[in-house]
Amino acid sequence: MDEQELLPHLFRAEYQKMVSVLCYHFGIWHIEIAEDIVSETFLSATETWSLKGIPENPSAWLYTVAKNKTKNYLKRNSLFEQKISEEIRYNTLPSIELEIDMSHKNIMDSQLAMIFTVCNPAISNDSQVALALNLLCGFGIQEIADAFLTNKEVIYKRIIRAKEKLKEAKIKIEQPTKAEINNRLEPVLTTIYLLFSEGYYSTSQNTTLRKDLCIEAIRLNYLLVENESTNKPQVNALLALMCFHASRFEARTNQNGEIVLYEDQNERLWDRELMAKGEYFLNEAANGNTLTKFHLEAGIAYWHTHKEDTTEKWENILDLYNHLLILEYSSVAALNRTFALAKTNRKQQAIQEAEKLNLTDNHFYYTLLGNLYTDLDKKKALTHFETALKLAYTASDKAIILKNIRRLKQDLFLID
Amino acid sequence: MNEFLLIFRRDFKTREQQPSPDQMQAHLKNWQNWFGSIAAQDKLARPLQRWDGEGRVLTHSKTALNGPYVEIKESIGGLIIIKAMDYEEALEIAKGCPILEFGGNVEIRMAL
Repeated sequence: MDEQELLPHLFRAEYQKMVSVLCYHFGIWHIEIAEDIVSETFLSATETWSLKGIPENPSAWLYTVAKNKTKNYLKRNSLFEQKISEEIRYNTLPSIELEIDMSHKNIMDSQLAMIFTVCNPAISNDSQVALALNLLCGFGIQEIADAFLTNKEVIYKRIIRAKEKLKEAKIKIEQPTKAEINNRLEPVLTTIYLLFSEGYYSTSQNTTLRKDLCIEAIRLNYLLVENESTNKPQVNALLALMCFHASRFEARTNQNGEIVLYEDQNERLWDRELMAKGEYFLNEAANGNTLTKFHLEAGIAYWHTHKEDTTEKWENILDLYNHLLILEYSSVAALNRTFALAKTNRKQQAIQEAEKLNLTDNHFYYTLLGNLYTDLDKKKALTHFETALKLAYTASDKAIILKNIRRLKQDLFLID
Repeated sequence: MNEFLLIFRRDFKTREQQPSPDQMQAHLKNWQNWFGSIAAQDKLARPLQRWDGEGRVLTHSKTALNGPYVEIKESIGGLIIIKAMDYEEALEIAKGCPILEFGGNVEIRMAL
């Protein structure tokens, strides 16, 4: 790897580790100081390395510089005397007052503490995801803005506001206790899944960026699996779910960045290795008696890694959707359940069930009806797709609906 | 939107009234699909709860009996609470209830 590639790569990988360790050390009140020190460290690296070349162990170099900068900062700044020293004395053992611990264990502990801090229900979902990308994944403001299809100012404000909220709520950056983990794990997993979905379902044309979001979500989830106290069945279930989904990442868009529907995907582009990892974590998730929505969704995603339409596959998917809906309603699950029902039972029955859903402001509802009617009544199907087109708002959804409309119009012309 | 209690009863005792293992398997699938259908319409008002099949019955003379079958053969198979506009809609939903497959019935009560 040459320097052009090395720096951004190192930045992502090391930024969040160093920020986590420093935030863990300083506390929530001084997140910005931690970020500044890390940014300055990378600046020094860029300057020094361009003159002297890249050191043998770049990570160690970065840690040493960050440690020194922190020490200098603490010595130089009178704030240390008044504020931080009080907190450090209060929060940590006196002997490590000035020593920044960059050991593997402390990095892991800091990252875990930071995950639980950022994924706190005190701040909105959007802010959690933005802050997670910024602090936990080392994404720049511009990259986050690109992922959210918005501008830098919006993201900047969102992050500032989120940090203020965390400070107002006096959230401590600390290891969650065993008792806390059970209560706080769910919002943490929800944020990680949101982060993944942002990458997986985003309409942003930037495929590399979208893939990075998915990889980061998987990495954060993996941190929780690696840590004994958070290695719970639902954590493995979410990881399995994301592995199964991510295995189709390459197959679900074409060269023009357009969505390729599941039925039309090239199975050879599916990532077998990720599928196998998904199966491994799904097995791990089966330990104990916990059955969460992540288990059910991972089960559904597992069956989708089998391309062939078998009765067994769709009956299992239907059953899992039934359980998922009983556990927690969502319109997406309701629509997908009806799609599965059309595969196991008669189309006519699925149409009856679909019409009961009555999701008349949802374009996916009309797309489903359009699909179900296609083999039975093409004119009705066309009407449904046309309603769907009026309600759809993303270019990729509109493109898919238009394709169906065109196909139906052709067929109707041939029949007439 | 109102809430309605649906109580399913059937004869679980008379041998001839009981489904074969194959029928039972299809029957269970129908239950899952019926619950799933109600949930897909967002009309499940409470999480599902499973109930022990045997139970106890206390008679007027305060004698406790095993099993809920006293003078009548029918007993409660389960109950759910759903959301519906009126009795008409609740009845429509109840028509899909698999308890009806083996001669059972559904009692419907609106929450006040």
